[in-house]
Amino acid sequence: MDIDNTHFALFGLNERYALDAGALERAYREVQTQVHPDRFANRGATEQRVALQWATRANEAYRVLRDPLKRAIYLCTLRGQDPADEHNTTMARPFLIQQLEWRESLDDARAASDPAAIDALRGQLDARREALRGEVEQALDRDGDADLAAERVRQWMFVERFAEDVASAAERVHSAAH
Amino acid sequence: MALLQISEPGMAPAPHQRRLAVGIDLGTTNSLVAAVRSGVAEVLPDEQGRVLLPSAVHYRPDGTASIGHDALAQRAGDPRNTIVSVKRLMGRGRRDLAAELRYDLVDATDARATGDTVRLSTAAGVKTPVEVSAEILATLRQRAEDSLGDDLVGAVITVPAYFDDAQRQATKDAAQLAGLNVLRLLNEPTAAAVAYGLDHGVEGTYAVYDLGGGTFDVSILRLTHGVFEVLATGGDTALGGDDFDARLADLAMKAAAVTPDQFSDAEHARLDAHARATKEELSDALLVDLAFEAAGVHRHATISRDAFAAATKDLVDRTLAAAARALRDAKLQVADIAGVVLVGGATRMPQVRAAVERYFGKPPLIDLDPDRVVALGAAMQAHALAGNRAADGDEWLLLDVIPLSLGVETMGGLAEKIIARNATIPVARAQEFTTFKDGQTAMAIHVVQGERELVSDCRSLARFELRGIPPMTAGAARIRVTYQVDADGLLSVSAREMTSNVEAHIAVKPSYGLGDEEVARMLQDSFGSADSDMRVRALREQQVEAERIVDATEAALAADAALLDDAQIDRIRCHIDAVRRVGSGSDHNAIKDAIDALAHGTERFAELRMDASVRRALAGKRLDEIA
Repeated sequence: MDIDNTHFALFGLNERYALDAGALERAYREVQTQVHPDRFANRGATEQRVALQWATRANEAYRVLRDPLKRAIYLCTLRGQDPADEHNTTMARPFLIQQLEWRESLDDARAASDPAAIDALRGQLDARREALRGEVEQALDRDGDADLAAERVRQWMFVERFAEDVASAAERVHSAAH
Repeated sequence: MALLQISEPGMAPAPHQRRLAVGIDLGTTNSLVAAVRSGVAEVLPDEQGRVLLPSAVHYRPDGTASIGHDALAQRAGDPRNTIVSVKRLMGRGRRDLAAELRYDLVDATDARATGDTVRLSTAAGVKTPVEVSAEILATLRQRAEDSLGDDLVGAVITVPAYFDDAQRQATKDAAQLAGLNVLRLLNEPTAAAVAYGLDHGVEGTYAVYDLGGGTFDVSILRLTHGVFEVLATGGDTALGGDDFDARLADLAMKAAAVTPDQFSDAEHARLDAHARATKEELSDALLVDLAFEAAGVHRHATISRDAFAAATKDLVDRTLAAAARALRDAKLQVADIAGVVLVGGATRMPQVRAAVERYFGKPPLIDLDPDRVVALGAAMQAHALAGNRAADGDEWLLLDVIPLSLGVETMGGLAEKIIARNATIPVARAQEFTTFKDGQTAMAIHVVQGERELVSDCRSLARFELRGIPPMTAGAARIRVTYQVDADGLLSVSAREMTSNVEAHIAVKPSYGLGDEEVARMLQDSFGSADSDMRVRALREQQVEAERIVDATEAALAADAALLDDAQIDRIRCHIDAVRRVGSGSDHNAIKDAIDALAHGTERFAELRMDASVRRALAGKRLDEIA
């Protein structure tokens, strides 16, 4: 085991998108039980420093792997396709049109202070998120198509950002209704 | 007759049979010290059997101070020299403070070197909150050493979970000044969860609602198989029982038709004390009479529980808003919470209990003493950190979080988030910068903490100046700045120019609190003119450290020499011998150098051991899963 390993190897997991959340959590706890600075509080400075590095590394790997989107971005990057790369912005045309439609629906719902319309929009986003997740898994784990995976991940990143806008609009509309 | 202890052949005997470590709850109103004795955590009383030490320090003109009950007894007669609730001033600047603070503040003449630190003018001279807190901590350390009969190897000091970096650093400085080796700064709600969870063997998701004398925290934790994982924390470090006392004093003044300006300092201090007592009586009674003096005239007011509840409703609502946000951050609903543990004396107020029960939809858990539970949890953690873990199966792990986001100032006074709040610590993030001008060799970074967009709305932590960047054309340098938050929740910053691999020098200017030099000076001052005391203590510390590191390295070699080749083992043995040679001598610098050489010489070994232990742990896991 080496601190410079990939996040997957660090926890002894296969480098795949599909992941057993329970196995990840158990591995994370096993590693932290070994490396956490609390286990080295009465040791020398060297051991404390190594423990700090390892525990920091384990927390970072866990943070990335347990989050479906962050895990997708990370795995695409490992396969040579960084979805967040500025030079890599292609997105399917139908999705760009979909974006415009969503934005319009949100503007309309906000203007009308219509909680039902916002909830409907949220439902659409949830469904799209689930669909993208399945497509990313298919592309990465079965088709070995990192290009396609990265493109779907970019769509997913948009969905997450837009979902935040929708959530804050929902909060405003709901609190105005009370 | 005690039996002789004989260790198994080949196993090094424990160098110290008991490694004494304590947990200290440094509270706004009261402080406590606790320790694990015979496997049980207990709070340590003073000679008169009192467990709570009032967090009060009275300074006398001869330069001496009295602490605790004795100090509190002086408060009415000498309020300006009796410092109470000093926790509210820790790591704070003058601008942070409410206007009504009734001490004499000192204008920092050298604001450049020391930031905006609060300084109090007392009969015994100028005192910082760090020094006042150190008096309280030193009193508790003495109490612990007297009742345990030996020196302490260290202490776990609790802090409000919502304390920012400056407030944590100030607490650590105070402990250092009090001669305590800080094993860990532990968040108060986490300490309470440890005491509650280990005591009751519970599992599930719990909320800890901690309303102390001057601070409020709420933490959401998941307890599973000996792991205490903080999912989210929220709070307000300027909201506590003190604020409820002040509301009660306001009610009394209104009822008696007097205004604050009619009170002398001493009368005001007495009204505060009466208000606190009345608040406590209202937990049992529905109506309480309160008598006080203003401008030398006797006054009288009757306060009802309902009126007090109405006058403090907004304070209680603020705590519930913080709880709601913590739940949101943890992505949980109220129904997911298995139980709510109440901590802090202020949770005895009926209106607080009723509000918590209403919000969480279940009666709160009150079977642990809310005044003691934090110190008890800290003592359990201190016992474990000092190396007294009972057995492998008895281990537990704390995974805590950073309460407030860390960011840096970018163009236009905006704060760019580097580390998000509620990230599990220890945590680090790196960021790359480049130079703006040809030949630029320095740059400045302003680190802030808080959730707001504008730097001016966040709390300034420190300004870092990076120097020694190799001169290059503009935009060519790649400076990687790493922000590391350790297990105490404290930030450190390092920087490296990546193309040349040159480490940039970092000068830190803390926005609040004390610089390293000032802490060192205070430490020196605390030994007075007796310079030899300082040297004796430095020598003793180095000798203990030498013994510790030799023991630890021997144990490591006994366990894992197989990871090294013979030449590597010989080199480590040489370093051990060197420490042993100077360890019995009286030159503390020579001991320190030998220790540093041993530490440096075992770096690779420490890394290999860590790699191996992780590999072993994961391999064991996989076997379990196959079975």
